[in-house]
Amino acid sequence: MINLKTIFAATVLGFGLAGAAIAQESAATEDDTITKQHWSFAGPFGTFDQNQLQRGFQVFKEVCSNCHSAHLLAFRNLAEPGGPSFSAAQVKALAASYEIEDPTADGGKRPGLASDNWPSPFATEQDARDANGGALPPDMSVLAKARSVEDKFPNWLFNYFTTYAEGGPDYIHALMNGYEDPAPADFQLPEGKHYNKYFPGHAIGMPPPLSDGQVQYVAGADGATVPLTVDQYSKDVGAFLMWMAEPHLDSNKAAGFRVLTFLILFAVLMWLVKQRLWRKVEH
Amino acid sequence: MSSHESTYVPSHPVAKWIEDRLPVMGFAKSTLIDYPTPKNLNYWWTFGGILAFMLGVQIVTGIVLAMHYTPNAALAFDSVEAIKRDVNGGRLIQAVHSTGASMFFFAVYIHIFRGLYFGSYKAPREILWILGVIIYLLMMATAFMGYVLPWGQMSFWAAAVITNIFAAIPVIGDPILQLLRGGFAVDNPTLNRFFSLHYLLPFIIAAVVVLHIWALHVPGNNNPIGVEVKDKRDTVPFHPFYTMKDLFAIVVFCIPFAWFAFFAPDIFGHADNYIMANPLVTPPHIVPEWYFLPFYAILRAIDFNFIIDSKLLGVIFFGGSILILFFVPWLDTSKVRSGTFRPAFKWFYWLFVVNFLLLMWYGAQEPALQVIGPFTVADVSKLSVVYYFAYFIVILPLLGRFEKPRPLPNSISESVLSKPAPATT
Repeated sequence: MINLKTIFAATVLGFGLAGAAIAQESAATEDDTITKQHWSFAGPFGTFDQNQLQRGFQVFKEVCSNCHSAHLLAFRNLAEPGGPSFSAAQVKALAASYEIEDPTADGGKRPGLASDNWPSPFATEQDARDANGGALPPDMSVLAKARSVEDKFPNWLFNYFTTYAEGGPDYIHALMNGYEDPAPADFQLPEGKHYNKYFPGHAIGMPPPLSDGQVQYVAGADGATVPLTVDQYSKDVGAFLMWMAEPHLDSNKAAGFRVLTFLILFAVLMWLVKQRLWRKVEH
Repeated sequence: MSSHESTYVPSHPVAKWIEDRLPVMGFAKSTLIDYPTPKNLNYWWTFGGILAFMLGVQIVTGIVLAMHYTPNAALAFDSVEAIKRDVNGGRLIQAVHSTGASMFFFAVYIHIFRGLYFGSYKAPREILWILGVIIYLLMMATAFMGYVLPWGQMSFWAAAVITNIFAAIPVIGDPILQLLRGGFAVDNPTLNRFFSLHYLLPFIIAAVVVLHIWALHVPGNNNPIGVEVKDKRDTVPFHPFYTMKDLFAIVVFCIPFAWFAFFAPDIFGHADNYIMANPLVTPPHIVPEWYFLPFYAILRAIDFNFIIDSKLLGVIFFGGSILILFFVPWLDTSKVRSGTFRPAFKWFYWLFVVNFLLLMWYGAQEPALQVIGPFTVADVSKLSVVYYFAYFIVILPLLGRFEKPRPLPNSISESVLSKPAPATT
């Protein structure tokens, strides 16, 4: 049916095409290819680092959320397993420190509850644009999955085996570290825009949001500290945004491991039964 | 349904009473248990069972998703997110449904290409094949409309681009376009009717699947050597032999399926679909799902006017590339069914497979991308389109006349016995 010769021919053809594609793409390589980071939640066995999520949340709360909304995030999510796992009391206090628009409350406002969603910094899209030089800061709820890193052929083929789904955090990390001031001499930077080598078109409305030492992390219970650098902040916030976009990632991957273990064992048993059944049939 | 008599003898008086009035048990026994099946079917034949399983998975997960989904342009995107975030097990159900679509198409492509290699479309199985092509068309429509439902950027723009294809049809194009969209542009009415049809079509598919299996049971299965069953020694009863083999194959198929559903649920999708639909912002690259790419490449390859306008010509090629499958039983003139015994056919067939994969790759690339030297995707994809059609219109009809097939075995049993004896376990 499929003899060796055809497989060989197909393989040669496949590699020929791959070679052509690589040759043509390497010619177009610039130095703005995004470096993939190591993420604790990558791969089938990956899980979020709770401390990193808490740090990332701090960056989000103190920096990002001044301009970006995250309307799908509820305060209660922050206490759920697989996330930053703040205590219920912490989340309650955090929510209460925010004012929530509520037409049914006295004066149209009331303190937040754990069941409330994250309040948006601007009432309308127009308000957001007016405050940001005409640019709209995108909602961050699923932002980490709405961005990606384009892999060239044949590299993307391997993603199906490594389950690479961290393109969003990789892009966010790169973007945070991709600002260049001044812009390259040959680049016409529009008024009010900033040059970022990873942003499509390079002219981004968002000024560099992070600087070294900007966010003060508290030391961990064991006294462990992390560097207060843009690189570290952007990794932490990248991880946090990924959790916000995919809050059940940990439990899904854990369930996936159990399901796959079952399926593989079940397949072996099924194969043995099938072999036994067919043993007496010439086929 | 099947051409053979039922051997079901009800032992219980109640069973006999029912059987005299509605012989459903006898029918089930003859079609699902006794059905004589060629004993030499290989694993490519298990994909029929896998497809039936996948249809079931999609219908069951889809019904649950519909309980939580809101078909409204303002609410749809967030309702899908709410399913993933707040519905118990919702992330998994949604992931199984969306990666399930890809797995379903992967299986259907194997099933179709198996039919093309082993000549399963040849007499007396033409209607069986045609029903299969109808199922495939219905699957494409269903998958396309399902992809629109999350109302992300790719959903919206895919809906805009694909419905716009119909506008190229002279005279009736515009009315069809408006009927599909429920207005002049893709909007809430489009989403509503797509949701309704996305729920309806799978049940129509299920009905056509019943006809497909009925049409299968009349002549019985084709088999890898393509020689019809001669006597009882060539077959085994469907149960337990093929129920067991198919179930084993389904479990194996579930391994990559679970891999994607649990570990990489978005890997077949596009990041832009996590941005809510916005009619004012066009994504930089609008690409369909991978299973439509070969046909999308054919549509785009026709970028020149030839007697008629390129847009209409593209649509004709696009539609023709699928509709031509209906005529394959009559285009292939070879008397020999199985590609195994057709030395020249094999080469053209595997070239067709590679060509199909190439078209898939072209469909995902920018037309201006240079592939070989100065030649772009737009250029080389034309070659692939030519081969795609030449395979059906020129090669299959001519091969039957000029090819000298290898001698066929007299029967399935003979071919089985002539194989080197397998190591006894």
